[in-house]
Amino acid sequence: MADIESHDYDVIVIGAGGAGLSAVVQSAAAGANTAVICKSLLGKAHTVMAEGGIAAALGNVYPEDNWKVHFRDTMRGGKMLNNWRMAQIHAQEAPERVLELETMGALFDRTRDGRVLQRDFGGHQYARLAHVGDRTGLEMIRTLQQNAVAKGVDVFMEHCVIDLLKDGEHVAGALGYRKETGQFVVWRAKAVVLATGGIGKIYKVTSNSWEYTGDGHSLALRAGADIIDMEFVQLHPTGMIWPPSVRGILVTEGVRGERGVLRNSEGRRFMFDYIPEYFAGDYADSEEEADKWYTQRTETGARRPPELLPRDEVARAIAAEVEAGRGSPHGGVFLDIASRRTPEEIKRALPSMYHQFKELAGVDITKEPMEVGPTCHYVMGGVRTEPDTTESSVPGLFAAGEVAGGMHGANRLGGNSLSDLLVFGHRAGRYAAEHALGLERAPHIDDAEVERLTALAVEPFERDEGENPFELHAELQDTMQDNVGLIRNEEDMKKGLEKIKELQERARRVRVIGNRQYNPGWSEALDLRNLLTAAEMVALSALARRESRGAHTRRDYPETDNEHFGKVNHVLRLKDGEIQLNEEPLPQMPEELRQLFEEKR
Amino acid sequence: MATERRFRVWRGDAKGGDFHDYTVPVEEGEVVLDVMHRLQAQQANDLAVRWNCKAGKCGSCSAEVNGHPTLMCMTRMSDFPPDDVVTVSPIRTFPVIRDLVTDVSFNYEVAKRIVPFQPRPMTEEEKEAGSYLLAQEDIDRLQEFRKCIECFLCQNVCHVIRDHEENKRNFAGPRFFIRNAELEMHPLDTADRRDQLQDEFGLGYCNITKCCTEVCPEGIHITDNGIIPLKERVVDKRYDPIAWLGRKIGFAKDQRRL
Repeated sequence: MADIESHDYDVIVIGAGGAGLSAVVQSAAAGANTAVICKSLLGKAHTVMAEGGIAAALGNVYPEDNWKVHFRDTMRGGKMLNNWRMAQIHAQEAPERVLELETMGALFDRTRDGRVLQRDFGGHQYARLAHVGDRTGLEMIRTLQQNAVAKGVDVFMEHCVIDLLKDGEHVAGALGYRKETGQFVVWRAKAVVLATGGIGKIYKVTSNSWEYTGDGHSLALRAGADIIDMEFVQLHPTGMIWPPSVRGILVTEGVRGERGVLRNSEGRRFMFDYIPEYFAGDYADSEEEADKWYTQRTETGARRPPELLPRDEVARAIAAEVEAGRGSPHGGVFLDIASRRTPEEIKRALPSMYHQFKELAGVDITKEPMEVGPTCHYVMGGVRTEPDTTESSVPGLFAAGEVAGGMHGANRLGGNSLSDLLVFGHRAGRYAAEHALGLERAPHIDDAEVERLTALAVEPFERDEGENPFELHAELQDTMQDNVGLIRNEEDMKKGLEKIKELQERARRVRVIGNRQYNPGWSEALDLRNLLTAAEMVALSALARRESRGAHTRRDYPETDNEHFGKVNHVLRLKDGEIQLNEEPLPQMPEELRQLFEEKR
Repeated sequence: MATERRFRVWRGDAKGGDFHDYTVPVEEGEVVLDVMHRLQAQQANDLAVRWNCKAGKCGSCSAEVNGHPTLMCMTRMSDFPPDDVVTVSPIRTFPVIRDLVTDVSFNYEVAKRIVPFQPRPMTEEEKEAGSYLLAQEDIDRLQEFRKCIECFLCQNVCHVIRDHEENKRNFAGPRFFIRNAELEMHPLDTADRRDQLQDEFGLGYCNITKCCTEVCPEGIHITDNGIIPLKERVVDKRYDPIAWLGRKIGFAKDQRRL
């Protein structure tokens, strides 16, 4: 393999967002020789876009908050389909991880007595999100990035992974290429952490960047790992919708946490009409009560405003208002903070939202409402892991963050992602290092397999004619948007699946022009395989779940079916080159946790 | 309502290249990065462009548009008259890899040399509270620096390195002065970076022309709030006779908070 550069590590981490960098820092701290591989430059991963904050029951604003309440909110938000053990670990360890971040150099906004300030967010009973203005993700990624650099970890920036390599049943490393030169690289490793984020680029309207092509989900599937719950794709209720070029860009839930409200074209706060039975009793039924909640909830017992329902509920409500003809001029609804807070308060609490609307849409959010609508934001499904160690069903392969499944069930609460990245990134790093350092010998790399994969990867250059990879991607995005979107039904999804199959066929004939050096056409061609696999997993799982739950809404099965579907996960595995779907029983929580849902709050 | 617009885009690699002319349809509200994507998808699949968030938050898509260093995702097409030819070229201070993508590894090498954050221990009160106790004013003061998205436009326009490749060895550049300022003013940090700033990072080379401040997409007052206070700290340490005497006879070990 003369043409291939190779490296040896104890642990490689694929992805350099919050989860990946947390894993890197912990793995290096545990004494493992660690490298991180990322598709972009260091510090550009999608975590920088996270705005609102990190959910952690620190109890700094409401001392009555604790991990049990956070656990309960998370499970209820996920419509009880969450892996209970992951949700428990997450709620218990998030406070420690937030405080640890400050010892690494991060700074969060403060309470009057100097502790970490916490902000209200949807589905959280108490103000719980540690934040710094509305750029919490940037604070987090810089802090972790600088710590990783200080630890002397090797960083392979702008390197893409093509496939994982195995030695028998055990993971053996990864094959990828350096974008700058097109050079193939093999990383041999005793443990691999997947921290590749999500799949948002299978949709047309998305808050996700180009990197979100479902790489980790597909790499893991091809390596033989179990993937669960792929039908649950979160649409964030508030994305920008106008002008067209910014469609999908995220508008933080922090706007609503800071008292912003949703209005329809008649100026009505319509969310009061959409409080579901499941959450009845937890939410205010008048504007007066809702407004008291922000500042006087303890004294008055006011319940929270329905704008702060979990994201799935709010996204559906917005879609329903638009469908009923009460939308905004460009097909969304209005998000109004201008009439609720002073310009100074808005600029202070939401500086990057102010900047984003001013620069990209010419809208001054201190004076006028924003136009917003649902945008694909997050996939709850992903690699099935052992909750305590984050190890997948493939020995030596770990997964943390968005690429892992189970933690968020059918719907993720805002703020629970950054905490997920910290908690499980930390664990992945620790346990991957432990696994690697405990192995007696380094895994063996199968040279023939590497040669087969590299030959396959360069095939698109050898064709004189063929499909345009960008065009295939655009067709996939249209298909998923139209057929496997917010509101689903069997007929559309079957049509979607057929189209995905057709695109998979055409993707085999894709053609790339130019050479291998920093060639986005080639990257797109290689990403296509992962995008199509991720899309197929979403469509297959969604078709099989004949009920509505959390982010998965079926027009043909509008009811939630607790008797059957409430008790099963959809597990995907590759068998003879085909994706197989199985129903498997949902892990049941122990009695003492179950009681949390029966006690009166 | 797409309109056909004309562009000149630099294509090439380290060995050389030139401007290519393209006509690309442009929709309402679009930014330059949208146009580069359409060009890439429809006419030039191999056009190299670096980008991520497309919302001015990640700092990946720096380029020079009509010679002006900027983020392509924040440069709206409506800023240019419809008949104008819009020229897009890679940022100049760093070596071209291909087309609009440059090799910015210089910045990542400098980052490795920065003395990491070294927090003070918690006080008894803090240990009891389980967290550092800080004033919001201290957080607010640092936010300006911590907003930096590492687009490296300030590095690109800094004339100390823009036209003097040889200076790169001895000069960290505005981005890393801001990084140092942020650490030096961090309420918990205890390290002293002043000698390194002067001796290794070439703080003295900066003669405050403020090009970096002008180009910063985050509006950070790089010179006024970052570099000048750093220069003052260095001067205080090195040239204040009382501090000098104090150091000589073993007092005033650390005057950085003065």
